[in-house]
Amino acid sequence: MRNVWIIFRKELRSYFSSPIAYLLLTMFAVVFGVFFWLILDQFVRTAMASQMRGQMYPMNVNEQVIAPLLHNVAVICNLFLIPLISMRLFAEEKRTGTIELLATSPVSDVEVILGKWLAAMALYGCMLLLTALSFIFVFKYGNPDWKPLAVGYLGLYLQAGALLAIGTFISSLTRNQIIAGALTFGACILLWIAGWVEYQGTSWARVVSYICVLTHYESFVKGVIASKDVVYYVSVIFLGLFLTARSMESLRWRS
Amino acid sequence: MITVTDLTKRYARHTAVDHISFDVHKGQIVGFLGPNGAGKTTTMRMLTCFLPPTSGAATVAGFDVLEQSLEVKKRIGYLPEMPPLYPEMRTVEYLQFVGSLKGLSKTELAKRIDYVCERCAILDVKDKLLGKLSKGYRQRVGLAQAIIHNPDVLILDEPTSGLDPKQINETRELIKSLAGDHTIILSTHILPEVEQTCEQVIIINKGKLVATDSVSNLQNRARGAESLLVEVGARKGLVDPAKVQSRLELISGVTRVHLKNKYDNRSVFEVESRKGLVRGDLARAVVEAGWDLNELRPAAVSLEEVFLQLTGDTAAAPAEEAAVTAGVK
Repeated sequence: MRNVWIIFRKELRSYFSSPIAYLLLTMFAVVFGVFFWLILDQFVRTAMASQMRGQMYPMNVNEQVIAPLLHNVAVICNLFLIPLISMRLFAEEKRTGTIELLATSPVSDVEVILGKWLAAMALYGCMLLLTALSFIFVFKYGNPDWKPLAVGYLGLYLQAGALLAIGTFISSLTRNQIIAGALTFGACILLWIAGWVEYQGTSWARVVSYICVLTHYESFVKGVIASKDVVYYVSVIFLGLFLTARSMESLRWRS
Repeated sequence: MITVTDLTKRYARHTAVDHISFDVHKGQIVGFLGPNGAGKTTTMRMLTCFLPPTSGAATVAGFDVLEQSLEVKKRIGYLPEMPPLYPEMRTVEYLQFVGSLKGLSKTELAKRIDYVCERCAILDVKDKLLGKLSKGYRQRVGLAQAIIHNPDVLILDEPTSGLDPKQINETRELIKSLAGDHTIILSTHILPEVEQTCEQVIIINKGKLVATDSVSNLQNRARGAESLLVEVGARKGLVDPAKVQSRLELISGVTRVHLKNKYDNRSVFEVESRKGLVRGDLARAVVEAGWDLNELRPAAVSLEEVFLQLTGDTAAAPAEEAAVTAGVK
């Protein structure tokens, strides 16, 4: 456990002592800000229009602001920014030769992998913290229910964990960050569009669409913690980290 | 301290290390010598548990590198060919990270960092970013990293490569001063380095062990007959080298005289003799003939020659064999 903490701290420090973390946080803050503004603007306009027409629709902040916002974060931010977080994890160590230091120190592969993955998760957590700024306004001027929001965050975090685990694995395959990033990006896109075959309704289409990371997020957006979706994300995390461990081991036998 | 028996590493197409066996005793500095691509790095990687051997066994401080790798890793300090530095870290941060990774407690760590910084002369770059350090400092930080946890065994892969002559000397002195506390294996393809720093040499070539012996024994082995360098000058006018050579050959005990260098008014000869005291006769002969004896000294056999002899022989042997079989046909 101590070793995991040491690796975690070093990795997080690396993120924040290079421009990567600040760049990612800025990009995310800007993109999220634009989403927030667009969705809020739409909400206000709809509210005003319905008032003028005299039909008093019950407007719901949770359904009309928070849910679409979270959904946008899940698609755009997770799929696009996660490869940028995970791509350097192992590729950089392999390029600079520091992997030799880790491999010849009295730490196990699993400890190294966990430390790195948790550091990536922590950076992602910092990104999510930025969104809290916008939600302060929602809570100040509206009256949303906080529970679906919390569940939505949990879902985002689980989804990010799954994609980061896959990214960690891909990063351990190469010494080139760009290749790791591009492959992870491709994997993220495939895991997203896998859900598009669902309309065909055949049994294989259902199987393929089950792999989609986004279909499993739907329940979280609605504020429901469905065990099958939690199990999906957790098992993808396990699979990703397990494959990373195997890849680390094969490195020794091959190189 | 280190026992290697029949260690072998095979890759798909070639054998990098082929049945190597040797022992290293506690407190020794051992030079691991071989041309580039001889299998030095691969052997070191197996000793540091970075690569598992295909067959054979190696133990470090009594622990098997394959079965008890965690125990081995606790007891070795390793400096790979490229110092494993994180460019975005500062020197102190880096040493803290490595130290805690090797299992040092906080209080121990602070003490050890002060100690290794002083020992490796990196106090003045303590707060600099590693990415901004010069090659010499990078190497020294790499060395500091290897000794931070006071390991029993130090494994250094070409510790002086890429340094300037002054830095090379400093690094060698540093390594020498570390012996005693630590058992050191260092690899190199530079021969004088072994002569200067090591007590014991292990020579490998093409993955095979060629020789393992002490430095002085190896030198003696190659020396055989004694040879002397004689520089003869002329007081007036020119000296005829042929004349000098024939005069020197007359001295009893001299087996061969060979003109090495010829300058305007002096020439250098290499004189081989049977073991015996010919120096006095040589000096007298030269002076009596009216020449000046500028220099008379034993020609030291460098390891270079030993090395070329040893590795050259193994390379030539199969060729000879082939020639013989071809001749039979």
